[in-house]
Amino acid sequence: MHELLKGKPGDRMLLLGNEAITRGAIEAGLAFASAYPGTPSSEVALNFYQIKQETDLYFEYSINEKVALEVASGAAVCGLRTMVTMKHVGLNVAADPLLTLAYTGVNGGMVVLTADDPSLFSSQNEQDNRYYARISGLPMFEPTTPQEAKDMTIAAFDLSETLQLPVLLRTTTRINHSRGVVTLGEVKPRKTQGSFTKDPMRYVTVPAVSRNLHVKLLQKFDQALDLANASPFNEIVGNGKLGIITQGVSFCYVQDALDDLKAHEAVSVLKLGFSYPFPTKLVEKFLKKVDKVLIVEELEPIMEEAVKALAQSLGLNLSIRGKGVAQLNRLFENEPARVRTAIAEYFGMSNPAKTKVDLANVPPLPGRPPNLCPGCPHRSAFYAIKKVAGDEAIYPSDIGCYTLGMLPPLSAADFLICMGSSVSSAGGFARATGKHVIAFIGDSTFFHSGMTGLANAVHNNHKFTLVILDNETTAMTGHQPHPGVDMALLGQPNTRISIEEVVRGMGVKQISVVAPRKVKDMMEAVKKSLEFDGVSVIISKEICPLYAKKVAPPAKVRAFTVNQSRCKNHRDCVNLFACPAFFLEDNRVQINENLCIGCAVCSQVCPENAILPKK
Amino acid sequence: MDTKRIVFVGVGGQGNLLSSRVLGEAALLAGLPVNVSEVHGMAQRGGVVESAVVLGGALSSIVSDGEADVLISFEPSETLRALGKCSKETTVITNIISLMPFTVMVGKGVYPNIKEALELIRSKVKRLIALNADALAQEAGSAMAVNIVMLGALAQSNTVPVTADQMKEALRQNLKPKLWDINLKAFDLGFEAASKI
Repeated sequence: MHELLKGKPGDRMLLLGNEAITRGAIEAGLAFASAYPGTPSSEVALNFYQIKQETDLYFEYSINEKVALEVASGAAVCGLRTMVTMKHVGLNVAADPLLTLAYTGVNGGMVVLTADDPSLFSSQNEQDNRYYARISGLPMFEPTTPQEAKDMTIAAFDLSETLQLPVLLRTTTRINHSRGVVTLGEVKPRKTQGSFTKDPMRYVTVPAVSRNLHVKLLQKFDQALDLANASPFNEIVGNGKLGIITQGVSFCYVQDALDDLKAHEAVSVLKLGFSYPFPTKLVEKFLKKVDKVLIVEELEPIMEEAVKALAQSLGLNLSIRGKGVAQLNRLFENEPARVRTAIAEYFGMSNPAKTKVDLANVPPLPGRPPNLCPGCPHRSAFYAIKKVAGDEAIYPSDIGCYTLGMLPPLSAADFLICMGSSVSSAGGFARATGKHVIAFIGDSTFFHSGMTGLANAVHNNHKFTLVILDNETTAMTGHQPHPGVDMALLGQPNTRISIEEVVRGMGVKQISVVAPRKVKDMMEAVKKSLEFDGVSVIISKEICPLYAKKVAPPAKVRAFTVNQSRCKNHRDCVNLFACPAFFLEDNRVQINENLCIGCAVCSQVCPENAILPKK
Repeated sequence: MDTKRIVFVGVGGQGNLLSSRVLGEAALLAGLPVNVSEVHGMAQRGGVVESAVVLGGALSSIVSDGEADVLISFEPSETLRALGKCSKETTVITNIISLMPFTVMVGKGVYPNIKEALELIRSKVKRLIALNADALAQEAGSAMAVNIVMLGALAQSNTVPVTADQMKEALRQNLKPKLWDINLKAFDLGFEAASKI
């Protein structure tokens, strides 16, 4: 049985924030879930995927976040409890349906998880998705701990049904990927079948309908505002005359700082967990009981602006500060010392910080960047492609493990903004420069948002080469399936969609399907593609070795070795190919046979044929 | 009780997250308030992995610079990299066996002299416990057990309010029974090695 189904009410478990959210959804009677994976949200979807195998929960990995939300919207309108999970930038993809689903509303509770990533641990930006509550008019919850993540997930379902609106659950990496002690509750039975009552004046958003629906949304906003003002998740802690308003994980840092500063007596803290609609009545009450206020929030000064605006409208002139106090700023995540120092400075308290050791005489340290794995087929593809097209060509890349190809010596990523941008931006690069342009996209990303860009390129007669790095899984986020995956390997009915047929169906005339570990074949395909006047596609097809180990382990791994009498120390293997299985010993190249998976690509790289299978 | 902040650093694949989780579960068994933070995602492709355990009632799950009570490191150059987490009150428990970054393996970076590095660390912190965790893990039966050897050393160091028995119980809860023998032995070997330092 799945770990998260085992516990009895009252049991205490050490759960990851993402596990707590999953458990909360299960306790709330979640019936229908959909997701596109993305750090730091991925474990929620993974848990749903696993729980689906042993219960009647419906879960799907959808093709992208927009589709995930739309699939769930159908079920939610029919009265099922639904959840859609994604990382922060995923909500950009899903923003289109979200903002109008706010108009139609839902019947079964719908919770949309947006997992933000301050400090960009594994993201391309650190946008603040609290703005999505404001742009959509939807309520938002922001937990401070894993326990609260579970409690708020349940409350979000209930609120969603009360208001008949989707509810946003906004977390940050430090909630998703922190463990805390969580007390389990009762699991409600799930209702897996719903019904649909046709009502075009509510569900078909033509202008005449939507004008009325917007009025209705604003009425629901007023109702939500009353609930936020009274919510137990919004609380005033303490009675001091100095005020702090905070939310999310920053609340924890504030509490710890007040411990360290022995300042609980002097300070009142307003914690906003049901953070939108911004609970103006409660904030007013708080502002009237304190003498000055510090706002502690990560990223944008959203609460700070709201509090200042409220104080102005109330004619209050107490000092309200946030960003700019000590190290509080709009960049990166908060941490305990940053918050403590700001509180101490703003309120004039002495700060008993420990002094960190002097690092002046610590020697410089070698970098340890993440790297493509030994035997990774992306490395082989990049090597062969660069051999033909060199550094002159322009290489738009995309989101996936292959983004790591940006590092030298492969240097195979020149431009990246979002999922799918490789194939679309390639047309712009080619038109603007007249140079060879080779775009890289992974298989999962191709289905997520690469297909539209490819159709666009064919339609508009662009000239570039798209390399689809098909490793038969969504590798970077933990090997989730996608429409191009052989589902039979996972013991399920095979629904695999052929990428080659998709590409052909879109009208691409020059298509090569290549095994990337055959360096000459790949080089030939690149030459042919670059000569082609139009959109050409190379499908570089080889299963991810980490994934293969799990689902289709190779019979026998035969490691390679360097024949030292043949090796003339050209070092092409290390300088151009750079597989992490190489190392230098006494100035000679060797292969770590525990890391080598026997892919044999380096033996094709070596000009002396000195790299051979180990006997 | 006083808050104890323990930072774990290592390289992707060394089992960092299992060891911080086991300490966290052991704290739960001991009835102590506990929070754990982990790094997931890209960092696992051979990069640096950091996690932290905060015991005793603080709400934070991460540890600011200079505020670690204990730094546990599975790799000596990573001990140096994480030294900013330490103050002169910190106990540092480190493995002395290097895992060369690829940059160094192919001659594009310089790896620090470990003996000098250990002396440097010793001069800056309250106590240094340096051990060959790789050898002890192998002695226990698996090179993969470095993380558990280090937990054993932590249990012996008398720096956290969690007992060796509680950690072993948490270890059993988190591992399949067929892995118990090797890992419990690794734990004991780490415990014993630390007692001789």
